[in-house]
Amino acid sequence: MKRLVILGAGTAGTMMANHLHKKLNRKEWTIDIVDERKEHHYQPGYLFLPFDIYKPDDIIKSIKDFIPSDVNLITKKIDRIVADENYIQMTGGDQLHYDLLIIATGAKIAPEEIEGMKGAEWHKTVFDFYTFEGSIALRNKLRDWQGGNLVIHITEMPIKCPVAPLEFAFLADSYFINKKMRDKVNITYVTPLSGAFTKPKSTAALEHLLQEKNIAIESDFAIAEVNNENKTIVDYGGKEIPFDLLVTVPTNKGDELMERSGLGDELNYVPTNKETLQSKDHANIFVIGDATNIPASKAGSVAHFEAEILTENILHYIKNEKLSASFDGHANCFIETGKSKALLIDFNYTHEPVNGTFPFAGVGPLQLLKESKMNHWGKLAFRWIYWNMLLKGTPIPFVTANMNTAGKHFN
Amino acid sequence: MEKTIANKTITVNEEGYLTNFAEWNKEVGEALAKENHIDLTNKHWQVIDYIQDEFKKESPLSIRKIGKSGVVDIKEFYSLFPSGPLKTATKIAGVPKPASCI
Ligand SMILES: Cc1cc2nc3c(=O)[nH]c(=O)nc-3n(C[C@H](O)[C@H](O)[C@H](O)COP(=O)(O)OP(=O)(O)OC[C@H]3O[C@@H](n4cnc5c(N)ncnc54)[C@H](O)[C@@H]3O)c2cc1C
Repeated sequence: MKRLVILGAGTAGTMMANHLHKKLNRKEWTIDIVDERKEHHYQPGYLFLPFDIYKPDDIIKSIKDFIPSDVNLITKKIDRIVADENYIQMTGGDQLHYDLLIIATGAKIAPEEIEGMKGAEWHKTVFDFYTFEGSIALRNKLRDWQGGNLVIHITEMPIKCPVAPLEFAFLADSYFINKKMRDKVNITYVTPLSGAFTKPKSTAALEHLLQEKNIAIESDFAIAEVNNENKTIVDYGGKEIPFDLLVTVPTNKGDELMERSGLGDELNYVPTNKETLQSKDHANIFVIGDATNIPASKAGSVAHFEAEILTENILHYIKNEKLSASFDGHANCFIETGKSKALLIDFNYTHEPVNGTFPFAGVGPLQLLKESKMNHWGKLAFRWIYWNMLLKGTPIPFVTANMNTAGKHFN
Repeated sequence: MEKTIANKTITVNEEGYLTNFAEWNKEVGEALAKENHIDLTNKHWQVIDYIQDEFKKESPLSIRKIGKSGVVDIKEFYSLFPSGPLKTATKIAGVPKPASCI
């Protein structure tokens, strides 16, 4: 028997287990999946917890409910991958040999990267919303916050779901309007980018929305430290921004196990071929989701498209064929804009998000890069689709792994 | 679009980044630096060399990476290329603006 091991049972690993248990010849292959946790979190829900829109129960389920019964689920912490000898070393001593390995260990926040960020004010007036704990602590803070300077901040790129901090700003605006205290809150959006977003057309659309909602923007801000005494963030150029409440997205990094294994780059992401998803250094290791260093969004939708491509390439690899399936960087993200509206963007390595209709050219029903209620329902429906289709590897009707250019208005 | 600089015609995108690294030479670099109000010192050139090496290796650039390069630390990088150092430095070096990922 040969053994395929999947590291990480989050979004990407779970999808791969569901694809492969049906596709591999099970007389020849066993499949193992390893995760240190017992719970699967729907991370997009972290955005909604602070505003009391979702409850913890809406976003947490048991990992084992999503793993097929003919796949072995191992609940252990991975210490390192010994790639030259094809085995996994678990914390505590066990070893697991593999013939084929899929890395899906994701990315997480590393607030300790910035001086003072995880200081005296951490989870008192300085919060993240990229972890369950951070999101809940922030919810409790917001429930009785009296107002002041709210600063929403991105430390450095890349981050998971790069639109999430903008969505946070829009939802905060709505939240304070509903609580009839918007006039007591100044909202400032601070980013290391030169504008609200990375791609020109969506930046223009999003900056317009920021202005409309009276949210100030500070761009090109490269944070050097959080000053806990003065309650300011300070950048390398010397600029200082005061806050009463700081909601920051700390540096995102791959798991430290990559550093221990000598497999990661300076942010612990694994160098990966952006088309085939094979690791650059080891032919029998493939990488998917937030753990890769490919220049695509770190998003669940991206992991979903990658999973279809990777499944094909794993089958090619086993048959000694050319890895002919090629990922184009396709991402599809809803952006909550508050007041029960949302935008939708659809893009890939070569095409930036533009106006148009989705998924049917000229018909929609979803509008690209334009606020609508329909898009908001799309975003909320995403949670149902995530639990019931995405994780199980069921294709979403009409949405293909590689991007479709029809119905999009380029230039 | 085309642009003439240091007696040479180069092709740049709408943000002023060279679209063909082969069209870059030291004089072009000097002239682009002037446009950005920077006088290039030895230290600037070391950073530019590093950026070009990484570009040739197709290895993605970031401020963090430059800070760990051993050439400069982040503070120095900011003092050499004030406000948006990575964007300015890559423009002068003739390589594409780093896609800060999306
Ligand atoms: C606030 C927020 C909002 C988001 N919004 C959206 C959105 O609207 N749309 C969208 O598409 N995406 C969104 N995302 C991104 C999405 O959640 C991620 O891109 C997706 O979960 C990535 O899947 P993954 O499998 O690569 O990583 P994960 O789902 O994070 O899974 C990694 C798994 O590996 C395990 N692991 C890691 N290291 C070890 C170890 N050493 N030992 C054992 N186990 C280990 C972890 O326990 C974890 O279960 C959002 C993310 C955040 C944080």
